[in-house]
Amino acid sequence: MEIGQQPPDFLLAVDALTVSFDGFKAVNDLSFYVDENEIRVIIGPNGAGKTTVLDLICGKTKATSGSITFRGKELTKLSENAIVHAGVGRKFQTPSIYDDLTVFENLEISYPRGRSVFGALTFKRDAAVTERVEEVAEMIFLKDRLNMSAQLLSHGQKQWLEIGMLLIQDPELLMLDEPVAGMSVSERAKTAELLHRIIKNRSVLVIEHDMKFVEDIAHKVIVLHQGKILSEGSMEKVKNDPKVIEVYLGH
Amino acid sequence: MTANPRFFSRSELVGLGVLALLLVVILPMSLDIFRLNLVAKYLTYSFVALGLVICWGYGGILSLGQGVFFGIGGYCMAMFLKLEASSVENTKIQSTPGIPDFMDWNQITQLPLFWQPFHSLTLSILAVFVVPAIFAFIIGAAMFKRRVGGVYFAIITQAIAAILTILIVGQQGYTGGINGITDLRTLHGWDIRTDSAKFILYFVEVACLFGCLLVALFVKHSKLGRILLAMRDKEDRVRFSGYSVANFKIFAFCLSAVFASIGGALFTLEVGFMSPSFVGIVPSIEMVIYAAVGGRMSIFGAVYGTMVVNYAKTSLSESFPELWQFAFGALFIAVVMLFPNGLAGAWNEYVQPLIDRTFSRNKRSTSVASEHPLANGAPAE
Repeated sequence: MEIGQQPPDFLLAVDALTVSFDGFKAVNDLSFYVDENEIRVIIGPNGAGKTTVLDLICGKTKATSGSITFRGKELTKLSENAIVHAGVGRKFQTPSIYDDLTVFENLEISYPRGRSVFGALTFKRDAAVTERVEEVAEMIFLKDRLNMSAQLLSHGQKQWLEIGMLLIQDPELLMLDEPVAGMSVSERAKTAELLHRIIKNRSVLVIEHDMKFVEDIAHKVIVLHQGKILSEGSMEKVKNDPKVIEVYLGH
Repeated sequence: MTANPRFFSRSELVGLGVLALLLVVILPMSLDIFRLNLVAKYLTYSFVALGLVICWGYGGILSLGQGVFFGIGGYCMAMFLKLEASSVENTKIQSTPGIPDFMDWNQITQLPLFWQPFHSLTLSILAVFVVPAIFAFIIGAAMFKRRVGGVYFAIITQAIAAILTILIVGQQGYTGGINGITDLRTLHGWDIRTDSAKFILYFVEVACLFGCLLVALFVKHSKLGRILLAMRDKEDRVRFSGYSVANFKIFAFCLSAVFASIGGALFTLEVGFMSPSFVGIVPSIEMVIYAAVGGRMSIFGAVYGTMVVNYAKTSLSESFPELWQFAFGALFIAVVMLFPNGLAGAWNEYVQPLIDRTFSRNKRSTSVASEHPLANGAPAE
């Protein structure tokens, strides 16, 4: 399919995407499409290539072949920061926050202004920045911890902080890699509530193992196995797919 | 926190004040001109250490080749002074009058093209800033755009320091070779060898140092300073927050190069010559030790660390010339093992709490100071 022929209603179109590491195809001829305001969850056994898919979309890994188009832009040719500027945000599997900075400063760095060297030198912490940081901090339950050093946060709070850092970027496509992994039951419930709130007006691509959580949030599910799509559709359909039960849900 | 972060924190203002008092009043009044000139020589290295605080401490980019930039600044200044000292009247016994003596000894009969701009003081001073920046930009762009970092970058900078030394020594006719550029006399007709000139140059240097300190503090307090810290910690997170990590690294490296170059140019003025022995691997590593001893996260620590190490070096090598190298090694190991944050770290851990307790009525300043425990300067040794 050529660029431009795609129906414009897809926010993200992944087409025949393949990446090979020394001959091993971590992602093999993968195609899927994400709509505006859709929540898509990718599940699959370990080593299925889930994280690699996110790496490919955000530019961390370069594709061997195939294309990724986001709002008509070919992402495989863009640099990582250009992909972010295009409107793609990504959360890593382990909480990736800046330990030496405060919660406020962590959020402020992600505020989408002054991203060039000169811009960063002349960046002013004005009312708009402070307001937005406080607004996001409230959403991620960290409003009373703004001046705290980020390294003192609990694991769950660090995950929220990173989600907050993405929110402040206001991406059109939010990619989350196991957002509730390692969280306590109450943190998990709070995170689900947080995700429900932030997915409004944007598309979200989530990798998750927690089936209850997936069922709770997913519009559509992709089951990935050995770099290929094993099954795709609603959670109900996927759950009853004999192939899926055999390789993944069965054990 | 809701307000803009203050331009300088209270402890930094105190740090600037204490340093100014020490350098402008106490040292010039208590030292003879010979000792003061030694302090001036030490201080030229503190420019390099200051650059390393930004580049290594904040940016996490360890450069073991800062001697290169120190040398570039030093040679730019030395070339100007040498040309002024090599006027036709001064060099009429040479076979080609009007060119530097070492060129004449090496059978060079015409001033090389790259020496021509150094007839002008303005261009020479411009070169002190621009040449190291361009050189650092080229190295930085080549390395950081390819994601070369950490130990590999350190080794490459070290190799560059070695290459430049070999080049200078090998191209004797153009550079003065192993002896360097010597017998420098006047700056625009002003004799820089006299005691009064040395006294004045000392204050010029202190003024330049404060200029660089203010630039470093400005960078530290800007968002760029926080991005450098963030990058050192989680480079990928910064990259996927929409920043070009390479550009920020290049900036930090260029800034440290320019600081080092200013130090080098002042060194030439203070000491009266420049030679490849300040360019190579050993001096470059010594410069890293100054920053480490001072505390690699401390802007003021860079100045104190440089002065303490150099003072120890001078006094030890005066009394026990053979022991100095061992003492230097031991000092470095001791600092890394006992005070990984250098003098500034020791100050913040042991002395600052004492001061805070003494002036505990000032609760507010305590909370400001504890916000950035690593980044505060050590206002005294």
